Amino acid sequence: MNTSNHSPGSDSPEPASAAYVQIRGLRTVLGGKLLFDGVDLDIPRGKITAIMGPSGTGKTTLVRHITGQLAADAGQILVDGRNVPELSRRQLFELREGIGYLFQNSALLTDFSVFENVAFPLRQHLRLPEEIVRNIVLTRLQAVGLRGAAQLMPAELSGGMMRRVALARAMIRDPGLMIYDEPFVGLDPIALNQVLKLIRTLNDTLGITSILVAHEFAAVRRAADLVYLIAGGKIAAHGHPQELAERDSPWTRQFFGGEADGPVPFEYPARDYALDLGFPAAAA
Amino acid sequence: MSRRSLTGDALAQVGAAGLFLFSILAAIPKSLRHFRETLRQIWFVGAMSLVIIMTCGLFVGMVLSLQLYYTLAKFGGTAALGTVVALSLFRELGPVVTALLFAGRAGTSMTAEIGLMRATDQLSAMEMMAVDPLAYVVAPRFIAGVIAMPLLACVFNALGILGAHAVGVSWLGLDNGTFWGNMSANVEVWSDLVNGVWKSTVFGAVIALIATFQGYTTPPTSEGVAYATTRTVVSSSIVVLAIDFVMTAFLM
Repeated sequence: MNTSNHSPGSDSPEPASAAYVQIRGLRTVLGGKLLFDGVDLDIPRGKITAIMGPSGTGKTTLVRHITGQLAADAGQILVDGRNVPELSRRQLFELREGIGYLFQNSALLTDFSVFENVAFPLRQHLRLPEEIVRNIVLTRLQAVGLRGAAQLMPAELSGGMMRRVALARAMIRDPGLMIYDEPFVGLDPIALNQVLKLIRTLNDTLGITSILVAHEFAAVRRAADLVYLIAGGKIAAHGHPQELAERDSPWTRQFFGGEADGPVPFEYPARDYALDLGFPAAAA
Repeated sequence: MSRRSLTGDALAQVGAAGLFLFSILAAIPKSLRHFRETLRQIWFVGAMSLVIIMTCGLFVGMVLSLQLYYTLAKFGGTAALGTVVALSLFRELGPVVTALLFAGRAGTSMTAEIGLMRATDQLSAMEMMAVDPLAYVVAPRFIAGVIAMPLLACVFNALGILGAHAVGVSWLGLDNGTFWGNMSANVEVWSDLVNGVWKSTVFGAVIALIATFQGYTTPPTSEGVAYATTRTVVSSSIVVLAIDFVMTAFLM
């Protein structure tokens, strides 16, 4: 892995053979804004890969491309050997049966109890006896520490509990790939640590591949094996979290050091300030 | 917005709704797996609408009887009260008023429910769990609309006739035998009653299509859901009245 070059888009990704997800030449324009401009990225099997970057860089958009929820303008997105942009709706659904997705806002079905939320994928795809469904669901709820909350409704849960129920639901069918979209947002330190521990434990015990979309570096460096930093429409840097934190480039320095201004500008592009205030434009 | 873009926007909406209808029809075979969900929706949009439909049916029948008795009395034709009330209800008022009430009661709740599911990512979550929201959420509601509307219209008609009888016979003193006898002699099952049922089935499909389309395509904001709910009532009412005219012209 090339870790010496820090300019956006210049890092060469992992060898393809070990990759569960392989992205080549991804280009996306959303709402007139160029979001990705030739992004190459590999998600290695059995590892936790974090996708990081400032707000609005398209981290969630990237995972939506990977799961086929949003079409890219150009590029190849191979997930477990299948090119997502070429899949039909039915093939996409087949692909998604092997993917667990934890939504930013948990996205629990509000009419169903915790138990029924977790049982939902099983009931929809498999015809299992009720006793087996019950045992599988309770096992998963036990793993996230919420077996006692099985009969509660989503409205009765705290944010952290909802996230854990959503996690139990996402992993109910033993997916090969788990995607966590901003799993730490809005959680108190206790809940954050619980979710963090679960992500790490799940990955280690089940040997799955995980994509972790986040911008909390302190949490990410404790869980992730590999970090991709997206900025300016490209991969600004990638490598082991510790290694990235120590790297001296404008991107990593600003992002990991939390600097207000840098390659990611503080100011949104605007016309001349003097003109906006009604003064004559300053001479060039 | 200019008139041209407004027209273009409206046409685009109609086109998108047409494509959405095809998607729903294509998803119906898959939705049969979720038969319990369909039954739940029939109960929700049908059985739960009974109180408002029955109450309104009763009052519409009563006021119709009162007005028609007054009009018919001018020509000495009060004996035809039962016939006129029944024909008005079966052919026109039953399907149309039930449809307008159905749009307000069931259509809005369909839009708001699906819209909130969109806003809270529940539909996306289903897609990510490889569950097609068109088959699990939309198609059962569409089927429920198609099944519940004609049944509700029949209940509306029945209560309307009872209301008309209460006013015409019990209050205004029309002969009971004349009321029922003239009605049964002049009202045809196929050309009057069944045509009304056909109309209400089409209205049910149209309202369910508009309601689910508005909910499914709503912007994921509270304002978006509010506008979508309003659009369901406004569009449903206009489309129902327009289709009513076209269908009446063809079914006469």
